[in-house]
Order: sequence, then C-alpha cells, then structure tokens
Amino acid sequence: MKFTLKVWRQKNAKAKGRFETYKIDNISPDTSFLEMIDILNENLIREGKEPVAFDHDCREGICGMCSLYINGRAHGPDDDITTCQLHMRKFKDGDTITIEPWRSAAFPVVKDLVVNRRAFDEILQAGGFINVSGMVPDANNIPISKLDADESMDASACIGCGACVATCKNGSAMLFVAARVSALAKLPQGRVEASQRAKAMVAKMDELGFGACTNTQACEAECPKGISISHIARLNREFLWANLKD
Amino acid sequence: MSDTKLQSKIPSGPLSEKWTRHKAEIKVVSPANKRKLDIIVIGTGLGGASAAATLGELGYNVKVFCISDSPRRAHSIAAQGGINAAKNYQNDNDSVYRLFYDTIKGGDFRAREANVYRLAEVSSLIIDKCVALGVPFAREYGGLLANRSFGGAQVSRTFYARGQTGQQLLLGAYAALNRQIAAGTVKSYTRREMLDLVLIDGKARGVIVRNLETGEIERYGAHAVVVATGGYGNTYFLSTNAMNSNGSAIFQCYKKGAFFANPCFVQIHPTCIPVHGTQQSKLTLMSESLRNDGRIWTPKKKEDVEKLRAGKIKPSQIPEADRDYYLERRYPAFGNLVPRDVASRAAKERCDEGYGVNNTGLAVFLDFQSAIQRLGKKVIEERYGNLFQMYEKITDVNPYNEPMQIYPAIHYTMGGIWVDYNLMTTIPGLYAIGEANFSDHGGNRLGASALMQGLADGYFILPVTIGDYLSQDIQTPKIDTNHPAFQEAEKAVRDKINHVFNIKGKTPVDVLHKELGHIMWEYVGMSRNDAGLRKAIKLIDELKHKFETDVLVPGTNDEFNQELEKAVRLQDFIEIGRLIALDALDRKESCGGHFREEMQTEDGETLRDDENYMYVSAWEYQKNGDPILHKEPLNYEFIKPSTRNYKN
Repeated sequence: MKFTLKVWRQKNAKAKGRFETYKIDNISPDTSFLEMIDILNENLIREGKEPVAFDHDCREGICGMCSLYINGRAHGPDDDITTCQLHMRKFKDGDTITIEPWRSAAFPVVKDLVVNRRAFDEILQAGGFINVSGMVPDANNIPISKLDADESMDASACIGCGACVATCKNGSAMLFVAARVSALAKLPQGRVEASQRAKAMVAKMDELGFGACTNTQACEAECPKGISISHIARLNREFLWANLKD
Repeated sequence: MSDTKLQSKIPSGPLSEKWTRHKAEIKVVSPANKRKLDIIVIGTGLGGASAAATLGELGYNVKVFCISDSPRRAHSIAAQGGINAAKNYQNDNDSVYRLFYDTIKGGDFRAREANVYRLAEVSSLIIDKCVALGVPFAREYGGLLANRSFGGAQVSRTFYARGQTGQQLLLGAYAALNRQIAAGTVKSYTRREMLDLVLIDGKARGVIVRNLETGEIERYGAHAVVVATGGYGNTYFLSTNAMNSNGSAIFQCYKKGAFFANPCFVQIHPTCIPVHGTQQSKLTLMSESLRNDGRIWTPKKKEDVEKLRAGKIKPSQIPEADRDYYLERRYPAFGNLVPRDVASRAAKERCDEGYGVNNTGLAVFLDFQSAIQRLGKKVIEERYGNLFQMYEKITDVNPYNEPMQIYPAIHYTMGGIWVDYNLMTTIPGLYAIGEANFSDHGGNRLGASALMQGLADGYFILPVTIGDYLSQDIQTPKIDTNHPAFQEAEKAVRDKINHVFNIKGKTPVDVLHKELGHIMWEYVGMSRNDAGLRKAIKLIDELKHKFETDVLVPGTNDEFNQELEKAVRLQDFIEIGRLIALDALDRKESCGGHFREEMQTEDGETLRDDENYMYVSAWEYQKNGDPILHKEPLNYEFIKPSTRNYKN
C-alpha cells in the first residue's frame, strides 16, 4: 500500500510547528500504524533528514504512551484501541493521512508528536490513592461484591493516555479524573476517603489549566478503553457531597 | 568449590525459619536517621515503584527515575495473566511449601532454595497489600477473591484482574508512590535514563542520567542505589517487551563491577502472536491464562497443513479425530498447562516436523471451541474478553470462531545482576530487584511469578535488608556530586554520546538491532549448540565492528533525540548478546529455557547435568578480553533435585 502523510513537525516546545508532507510506499496491510512511522523514519534517516519524534512503548495498547491525532481522531479511525494497535488495513491504498500531536494547553508539545502529560501525574498525586501503609488486613477480610469489583475494574482500565483531553473541545480531564475517583470509590477500602479525594483531584485539575466539562461525551466516544461517562456522574456526586460537608 | 567474591549470605537454620530469623538479626535504622539517608531507585515497574513507595513510607529520602513521561508506563503494566500467592483460599491443598517447590522445580533446580522459599512465604502478604491499595482483583459472587490456574502448577493460586493484572498491580504501586511524592519523601524524575553508576571507595554512591527531553547530563548522589530496570529481552529485537525496555542500566552496573548471573537463562513464551513480516517491530503476548481453557493443537495430516497454508480450509473444518493435541498427548498430567519452556519446545518440535499452520510454517493453534461449548461464550468473554479483542485487532481473525495462531517468542530474562540473599550485588550499596536480578526463577520462570517477585522484592524484602547496610552509613553526610568520581563518570558518558554521533555511518540503529536479533534468535534462541554459539559470538563481534564504523545517529545531544537513546542502548545490547552466548556456551547441559541440542533425552526432553553444572554462573566484566566466570554452587539442603516430570 502507499500513502501520503501530513505530519506535524515542531523542533521543541517553544518553536513554531508546521505540517510536512511525506510519501511512503510498499506498506503491508498487516503493518501497524507505528511500524509504518518506523519505516518512514528509517527512510528519513537514510536521506539525512531528521526522523519524526513520537511516543510509544508497549505497542500492545496498555502502557498509554502512544498518542497521535490521526485524521482528526484521537488514536485514529478504529474504535476501542490505541494508535499502536491500529493497522494499515484500516486505511485505503493511496489515502492521505494527517498526523498531529495531542493538542491541549495542559499537554505542551515536547517535539513533533510528543507531548508532556506530567499534569496527569500531578492530578493523581493530589489524591488518587488510598492512605494506607505498613501491614494491612488479610485480603479476604474485606468482602467486595462482584458487581462493585467489576465496576471498579471498568474504571481502573484507564491507561492515562490523554485521548479524552485531546478530544474534548474544552480540554477537560474530567473522564480521567472520574475514572480514578470511581475506581476507588466503588471499593470499601477506597470509599473512606472518596469525597475528599474527588475534591482534591478536581481542584488540582482546575489549577493545572484543564478546561471544564460541558457533557459533550466526546471523551467517551474516543476513549481507547471504553471508559464510560457514567463515572463522571459519580465524580460529580462525590464532589457535591464533599462540598456539602464543608 | 566456593568463590570468595560470591557470598550468598544465606542465613542458617531450617528453611521455614530463615527469613524470620534473618529479619530479627539484621540491623534497623531509626526514623531520625532514615531522614538523613538518600536512596536512588532506577525504574518504576512493580519492583521499583513498590520499593520507592515503601522506602518513602519508612522515612528515607528517595529519588526515583524512569525513562517514560510517567512512572505508570513501566512494562510491568503489560503483564496480563496474574500473580501467584500461597493463600490456599481454594482449599485445594496449596501451601507455602508447595508454591516453593513448584517454583524451584519449574526453574529446573537452578535457583537458591532460601530465596525461593522466602518468595513463597511473602506471597500472601502481597495480595493483602494490593487489596488494601485498591487493586480490583476478580471476585466470586460471595465477595471473596477468585483464582485461576497457571502453568507448572496443579492448584489454583493465581489472583487476577481480568487480563490486565500487571496494569492493576502497577497502578496500585504507582498510587502508593504518588502518595509518597505528595508527602515529599519521594522525588520523581521522569524521562531520565541512567547512563552510569558512580562508585566512591568501591561503594555505589550515585548515578549519571540523561534528561531525555533536554539532553542535559545530570548527577545524583545517594547512600545506596537500587536498580529495578527489568530484563534484557530486547537484545533479541523482537520480543514481547516494550520498545523502550533495555538492558543498559544493569549493563552499566556490570561494567562497574556487579557480576552478571546466568545471562543465558532467557524465557521464550509459548503463546505469542506469530511474526507476520519483516516490518514487524514487536511481538504481542497472549496470556498464559488462556491455557486454562484453550487447547493447543496442530493437524495430524500433512495434507491438512497444506490446505490451511493455501487458505483452502479453515481450522474449524478439521475434524476432531484429525487434530493432534500434542501437549495433552505428551504430558497427560499437566496437559496444556505445562511450564513455558516445555510448551515452547513442543511447539517448535511440531513446526520443525512440518506441521506449522501458517504460511511461514511457524505457528500452532490455540483453540477455545471446547471451552466455549462447555462454559458458554459469555464466560469466556468475561475471562479473556480484552485478549480476544486484542488478538482480533492485530490479526483480523475472531478467536471466538476460529482458533488463535500462536508461536513462541522472547518474553522474560531469568538471568540478571547477581545478588546475595539481601538483594545486594557484588558492589556494596548497589541493589538489584525484580527482573533485573537473577535470584528466584532459576532456568525457567513459572507464569504469574514475575509480578510476585517484583512486588515481594519491592514491598517486603529490599526495604528490610537495605536497612542493615545503611545502618553503617548513618554518619555519612550527603554525597557530594562534585566528587572526582562523578566528574569522571559524567565525562565518560559525554564521550560515549559524542562517540556514537561521530561514527557518521550509513546504517540506522534499528537495522543493526534487527541484525543482532536475527543472530540471537537463530543461534542463541530456543535451541542451542556448540558450533552455533561459537558462530553467534563471531557474528556479534562483526556486528559490533559494523556498529562502530557504520551506525548513523542523526541530530544532536541537546534535544529530545530518540535515535540517540536507541544507539546508546544498542551498544549495550550487542555486548549483552555476546555475554548470553558465552554463558550458553559454558553451560553444556539442557536446563529450563536453556536447551543444548547435545544434551537431550531420547524423546527430546532436557537433560540436566547436576554433577557439573549445579551452579549459578556469575560473570565479572573485564575491560580487555572475555569476562571471568565465577561459580556459586547451589547446595540443595532441603529438597532433592529430580528430573522434571510433567507427564504423570
């Protein structure tokens, strides 16, 4: 297969970026999208040009490292997967493909397609944990209903990639925050601090320059792990409850 | 024969009392003194994150480094199937002893009894800890924890969170780490790569790291250094490891004097999605948990193989009577749940005989039809839904209808930095934990034991044993990073970086890395022999020369430069590859994942040589010439090594 690629190039955080156009040929439909960029980079290096910087690591959809806005969609045209799981068979021979980094005020570009997502760590450091240390009770001393454990697991499937923020027209991190709040709030161990946690994480999110949630549901549609916006409703309840208690 | 440089420091006394006794005898550091002591942790996978968090909780000053943009990206996140623990919640006659025995037998009797027993002993605490941290393990309807089975075990002791157990355990450790970062006991440095270890008076006192965003070379000092950077599986280029996983941190430790143990013990995982072409960058694992319900087979008739390869029939059209469920045939007692090394070799044997089912001839089937008929599609979906989805996205085949195609691939490295019972390397003050060390898995690791070991080391073992060492260091002031040792190390790092830029050849880094991978897989892979290993060493030396004269690294150091990162890592992978081959050449026995063709039984099983090879090989780096081999004899005091038997 052959493609025309329009790739965002930006030297560093301060530089002005621009699109560059590249042609690529002899791509097998079984090649993954990132392998296609590997091939592009190999060609560029051989031509004495600078390869395209992009984040990636596990290449099996779980580390959350890969990003990329492909033809106007976070993680590209296929549903429920990350960019690294996208394969070229999802495109038509001869297609033009536009590749951009996540665009959000809270995720500054490091270089080309690489962004800095440290803000996510900071939100979690504000309260995305349970305050326990040392020795703890036997695991089976806390029975947890299967439904609650399953729901916690659904929320905990978040990989922290940032597709929700990149997709949201307001650049809101609500789905990310809600997933963590919900994952812990559904478990008795995490229930204890649920309200304070919600409040602290939302405050940090606002402080870091993420936008407000206006319920467009775009985040849910683009989440590679299918995290439901019902978690945002739970976050809102916890948040409201925390403020009522104040 | 014992080697004075290798003191394993295994406590005396009965197996079941060693750890308790040892903990009682070693020194502790008071809270007031812990605050004055600095510890560097390199890596934030299960071992590194849990160690950094726990050391922070204890009150030490911790600096933790990772190469990704967040600690949560570490490759532990990709572990799928589960974590073992001797809880005996199922009341199926599991026990600490049984987990210990299964693990040491699974490792083909090439691990230390005392270490493995301790691992089994703390396994239960790990589950408690993870639940308290909010890990959503699978539950039964009554609210108690659920279990499943894994290879090499006849009990059900694996705890899991769907097919994302590693992710959930890492998020638990990462949460504990975040809590300490918020509390100020741990400082996190992301996108930083350790490029050298700094020794002062023979002790580990700091590291030189490269800031991967800016290219700055930075110095950090500490009273002790812990490496938790995982294994060196990417030496083979194609593996189930993440693309950025590398062996450079441990290799720098080796070059600074830490011995490298059992490098040839590399695990080849039987159930990975087969290679599809030359453009492939990595291999994707399909969890071992699938072997709970999946049955592995190839056709009995060559004509069916031909038709499959030509696409004339679908696998589901081959009648039951014409299928060879070869694991069930060869190993009736364990069937599809034999250990990984056994399952991998059996798949290779079928493919070598011409029964491989895809167009490369290198694939076998993993079939869920009988499980779907027995349990219903819904149950299978609940157990493995995300894995099935992943498989379909990659291959375009729906495994609910047609069997998966699988083939063995490099997955894990049992070898690693040599450590004593305290997890300290041969360099005082340098510790290695998790996959980075060699200690617990012998010649082959059992499924669901990597997560167990990473968390055992990080939550429960290292935080205790490091206190014994640091108790002698309470008078030592903060380490001065202007010390000449730091200056020298930094200069060496800068020289190394300048060197790779200055080669200015024609070949991109990945091309050379793939060449290394081909050499390794061909001659140092699933099946090894004397001539092949000698050839591998020669080819690796040639490749090293090619790297030194022809690699092309674009850009500069003072920027985000992924090609530079890869080039520096590849330099080390080439050396590690050579070390793996040297070790494989020395070990003229077949054991665990190390299969020497010269040493096999009539029916193709491994043939150990306990008389001559009952040792841990520990290699000491030499600046000029081959490394020196030291041997730590393995004394089995409590169990009798036997021939591994999974047949009856």
